[in-house]
Amino acid sequence: MNRKLLAFPYIVWAAVFILIPLFMVGYYGLTDKNGNFTMANLASIMTKEHIKALWLSVLLSLISTLICLLLAYPLSMILAQMNVTKTSFIVLIFILPMWMNFLLRTLAWQTLLEKTGVLNSILQFFQLPALEIINTPYAIILGMVYNFLPFMVLPIYNSLIKIDQNVIHAARDLGANSIQTFLKITLPLSAPGIISGITMVFVPALTTFVISNLLGGSKILLIGNVIEQEFTQAGNWHLGSGLSLVLMLFIIFNMVITALFDLEGEGNTL
Amino acid sequence: MIKTLKHLYTALIFIFLYAPIATLLVLSFNASKTRAKWGGFTFKWYRELFGNQVILQALYNTLLIAFLSAAIATLMGTVASFSIHSMKRKSRSLLIGITNIPMLNAEIVTGISLMLLFLTLRAKFGFYTVLLSHITFNIPYVILSVMPKLKQLNPHVYQAALDLGASPFYAFYKVILPDILPGVLSGFLMAFTMSLDDFIITHFTKGPGLDTLSTKIYTEVRKGIRPEMYSLSTLIFISVLLLLFLGNKSSYLSKEKFHEK
Repeated sequence: MNRKLLAFPYIVWAAVFILIPLFMVGYYGLTDKNGNFTMANLASIMTKEHIKALWLSVLLSLISTLICLLLAYPLSMILAQMNVTKTSFIVLIFILPMWMNFLLRTLAWQTLLEKTGVLNSILQFFQLPALEIINTPYAIILGMVYNFLPFMVLPIYNSLIKIDQNVIHAARDLGANSIQTFLKITLPLSAPGIISGITMVFVPALTTFVISNLLGGSKILLIGNVIEQEFTQAGNWHLGSGLSLVLMLFIIFNMVITALFDLEGEGNTL
Repeated sequence: MIKTLKHLYTALIFIFLYAPIATLLVLSFNASKTRAKWGGFTFKWYRELFGNQVILQALYNTLLIAFLSAAIATLMGTVASFSIHSMKRKSRSLLIGITNIPMLNAEIVTGISLMLLFLTLRAKFGFYTVLLSHITFNIPYVILSVMPKLKQLNPHVYQAALDLGASPFYAFYKVILPDILPGVLSGFLMAFTMSLDDFIITHFTKGPGLDTLSTKIYTEVRKGIRPEMYSLSTLIFISVLLLLFLGNKSSYLSKEKFHEK
């Protein structure tokens, strides 16, 4: 039947621009300059400099993901109870900020966080001690939370509004108090949203090189910075691809978890 | 009491999300050229923006790439969704899985994978490599917003149109498209916005001759952002805000008219 054939151009497109490029990363990552098979590119993750960058990336992205979750869950609950229309909420939290360039928005945090910046002027006015977090890992965490918080709010909100209110009323009628209802009903039912939110924040946070570049000064290297430099400055695509393969292990692990919890991708429908 | 707390919490999060945007708005009126201090109010950067050919060219490239990539992705994504929808469960989930890769994968990996592809093909890095890459990462957003609309359709309507003698194209155009149009439009808008805001993939797939607003800003970071950039992004932001406001108002008005009937 010809309706199925209509997907043919897209299948070709996906093969050429999604699958083949990924195989190329694999090919470059597992070969040296002469095209011979080697594990050296993968093994270079164990050099002191690279393992330090990877460890810092994992640590900072885990902390950011946790903060995003803690901030996003109450917000999603509040928004789910309020009578906001879904589209206006998505536009406000998700789409509208994107029309102000992502790099400029992140750079604006420099102005806010600097020693004599906006935030410190406000703190000074209230006689509070100054914050000196610009060019430290704390500023990178802040940048990650700022940039990726919407990715956590949206799937949690989506899973919360799907919960049948009658289930909650039933739990209350049967004598559960509000904490028990939350722990036994709301939290488990919103688990797909939480899982999908975690993966949607963790992957971009783990692999960023822009946020660390803009807010961490030039001294703090994340694994994303290392890979970016291999490609754009050192020109060593084999090493860069090898390190990307290591990074992809984390990403694949993440995708598998998402797939297990969220088969139809419903948690992240916009 | 709890209600006030809830409002306070929501307000704080929104301040957190919008504080940098407010900062950029303020900076666009700052007479001093460095962003570190306030030098008084001025419209100077708005005037100079329209004489800055480099920024205007970057804006043109950004908008052209966003529009073309979103339009092509919408066309290809809608047709693909229509087709994928009719497939058996197994091939459907396989294709959806592949479609989701650019969305779930790290942008840096997508960026370097496309860079390696273009290097191997000996393509000239520039407008077309960026355009192809943007189409690639835009298609998933279109499919994601069209698929749910297709699922809501009555599957027999299309078949009925065919039985009554409509050609498959005519049936799609007359029966399916009107019903999935909201999904198609929101897919287009999503794709356009994503392309507009992209930096990482453009960074790896552009040539030295081409700049979008993002890549221009990135090269300016070290030597200081030109204030015209702030005024440009303020203008873009305000126009989108106005458009949204007007759009909301008109849809609200049409709803009221509907109720009057």
